[in-house]
Amino acid sequence: MTVLALDGRMENQIRVSDVDVRLVQVVKKFGDAVAVDHVDLEVRDGEFFSLLGPSGCGKTTTLRMIGGFEEPTSGLIELQGQDVTWLPPYKRNVNTVFQSYALFPHLSTFENVAFGLRRKGLKSSEIAGRVTEMLELVELPGFEKRKPGQISGGQAQRVALARALINRPAVLLLDEPLGALDLKLRKQMQVELKRIQQEVGITFIYVTHDQEEAMTMSDRIAVMNNGRYEQLGDPESLYERPETRFVAGFLGVSNLLPATIVGTDGGYAACRLANDQTVRVPAALTRGAQRVDVGIRPEKIRLSAPGESTGGQENRMSGTIRDASYIGVSTQYIVEARGGTRVTVYEQNVERATRDELWQVGTDVDLTWLPDHSFVVEAAKPGE
Amino acid sequence: MATVTGAAPQPGLRQLIGRAVPYLLLAPGIAWLILFYAIPSLQMFLYSVSTGSLEEGFVLSFTPDAYVKGITQFRTQFGNSLLYGGTATVLTIIIGFPVAYTIAFRGGRYRNLILFMVIAPFFTSFLIRTISWKILLGDEGPLLGPLKHTIGILPGTFTLTGTPVAVVAGLTYNFLPFMILPLYVALEKIDVRLIEAAQDLYATRWGAFRRVTLPLALPGVFAGSILVAIPAMGDFVNAELLGSPQTRMIGNVIQNRFLIQNDYPVAAALSFILMFGILAAVTIYARFLGTERLTG
Ligand SMILES: Nc1ncnc2c1ncn2[C@@H]1O[C@H](COP(=O)(O)OP(=O)(O)OP(=O)(O)O)[C@@H](O)[C@H]1O
Ligand SMILES: [Mg+2]
Repeated sequence: MTVLALDGRMENQIRVSDVDVRLVQVVKKFGDAVAVDHVDLEVRDGEFFSLLGPSGCGKTTTLRMIGGFEEPTSGLIELQGQDVTWLPPYKRNVNTVFQSYALFPHLSTFENVAFGLRRKGLKSSEIAGRVTEMLELVELPGFEKRKPGQISGGQAQRVALARALINRPAVLLLDEPLGALDLKLRKQMQVELKRIQQEVGITFIYVTHDQEEAMTMSDRIAVMNNGRYEQLGDPESLYERPETRFVAGFLGVSNLLPATIVGTDGGYAACRLANDQTVRVPAALTRGAQRVDVGIRPEKIRLSAPGESTGGQENRMSGTIRDASYIGVSTQYIVEARGGTRVTVYEQNVERATRDELWQVGTDVDLTWLPDHSFVVEAAKPGE
Repeated sequence: MATVTGAAPQPGLRQLIGRAVPYLLLAPGIAWLILFYAIPSLQMFLYSVSTGSLEEGFVLSFTPDAYVKGITQFRTQFGNSLLYGGTATVLTIIIGFPVAYTIAFRGGRYRNLILFMVIAPFFTSFLIRTISWKILLGDEGPLLGPLKHTIGILPGTFTLTGTPVAVVAGLTYNFLPFMILPLYVALEKIDVRLIEAAQDLYATRWGAFRRVTLPLALPGVFAGSILVAIPAMGDFVNAELLGSPQTRMIGNVIQNRFLIQNDYPVAAALSFILMFGILAAVTIYARFLGTERLTG
């Protein structure tokens, strides 16, 4: 990859053989309603790719088009370089783990897992071996004879996974596979899924509306909203450098400060905030806009006594503590900056570890953060 | 919660009442069955082992004569019942399955309308419907008339009424809704995602139907078969109106013995033979289709 990166144009263009799934200008309409709106995606071979977005944003529809259960209204879908837009599901080298598992209630665990291999016409002896092997991988040995009605939700989830993986598809599609599980089991299965994905090396396309889940598991995430995708990237860049207001708000908590660009200073752009204080942000992030919102994550801001020197490189704003909530590992402060903007700040309970030592409501403080920790999104439209 | 402060024996009484509730709820049904099923059945059984006539009175002699007579003399009619009833059942499956499937999976907003149309014939009397089939299948009726004269592919002597074909056709028509409804219920319950999952796992449309839809619909096939086969095998109206003396079914014999010849012992014995025959057949059928395995 470093070689490719030398040439600026090559960097964004992945080699065709590395792309497992490609969506080109895919649109899906149900009647007049647009569920998926001109989506372009490239999923690389062997990666754990997540589609993240709020309910109804078109994640399932996108996945169903890749699986072949829904035909796009327009656009193109390629699997490993082959146009599959009009192929029926059973002719695609793709398997799905359905949101509700959709295990066959009349068949045993063994027969559920063996279903795909039987349809492909493998010999019984080979099927038996592979099913046993697969049930071991998902840690369900000895469950062969049980019916779906006789296993727990977590176990059903594993059977659904085994049933899909045993076919060694090029791509595995997972639609909120952990949605029905309780929090603890969810966390456990997240680790498990990631382990299995690394073990089998199959490309996973994973749909979820849980940002934390997407962040912990994925190599790359496409954040979707209203049928379009907003931003594509690895978890870190999505969190550290959200490019849209939606992404900034959907992944974690953000403070957004309306600002006007007033000049540049080295690699930084100077932004005047509504309260006339000036902060700096990396110039590249402004993308030439004049009116922007400067974003900063709550945990990146430090609180200090007014005027206390902290080195001089930081962005600085002054304000007054309006609220303090002790959460245990950290304390959440609401600070009213000069001019009235409210800023959320998380402070680790290290230096001020007990309640008595926390900043008291009404205290004047300075907020400081490194310019490099800022991000920039488009300014709010009037009325928002 | 505050009322628990009462006397000590109260919880015991409550438990007692609690345990009695299911039986209390069952009581009206059980009373009904005892009154109108168990007692008449016992009465019938007593008739079946009696001798005598209506005029001279029946004597309870505990002889199996009526059963021996029933089994030996009415083989043909039993055979007809089994054959016509069985054929009609198979035909209702063949005709009813595609109908139920279409309503369940393709019905869309017309579902209820089509279902209503399926049961609409019930608003007319069974007798009237069967008589209209007699007209329909008549020698110069709306079906055979054109085939004989206008199109001319059938000889002028061709006849349907009085043949087993007419009886089976009538039975099939009359009992078809009893097949369609349970089939519809079974098919409608099937989660379409199961069919999608099957296709995802390399099953063709036919494969998905064969491996998923059909097995999951079998309880409906079973229920429908019972609902059709039992009344169809015991039926006498279709054979009476659409058949001939050669196509008589056991129901005709029972009806005749009871109401015309007043031969209660033989009529009662035939009823019991029919009842046990059907029970045995259903048991074998259940084993064969394996409903426990299917629904478990
Ligand atoms: N078969 C359909 N007919 C009509 N509209 C549909 C159909 N399927 C989905 N939609 C609509 O398309 C939009 C996207 O639906 P989709 O199921 O893809 O959402 P999603 O992102 O998976 O949401 P969730 O997280 O709630 O599962 C929704 O507004 C939905 O109402
Ligand atoms: Mg969904």
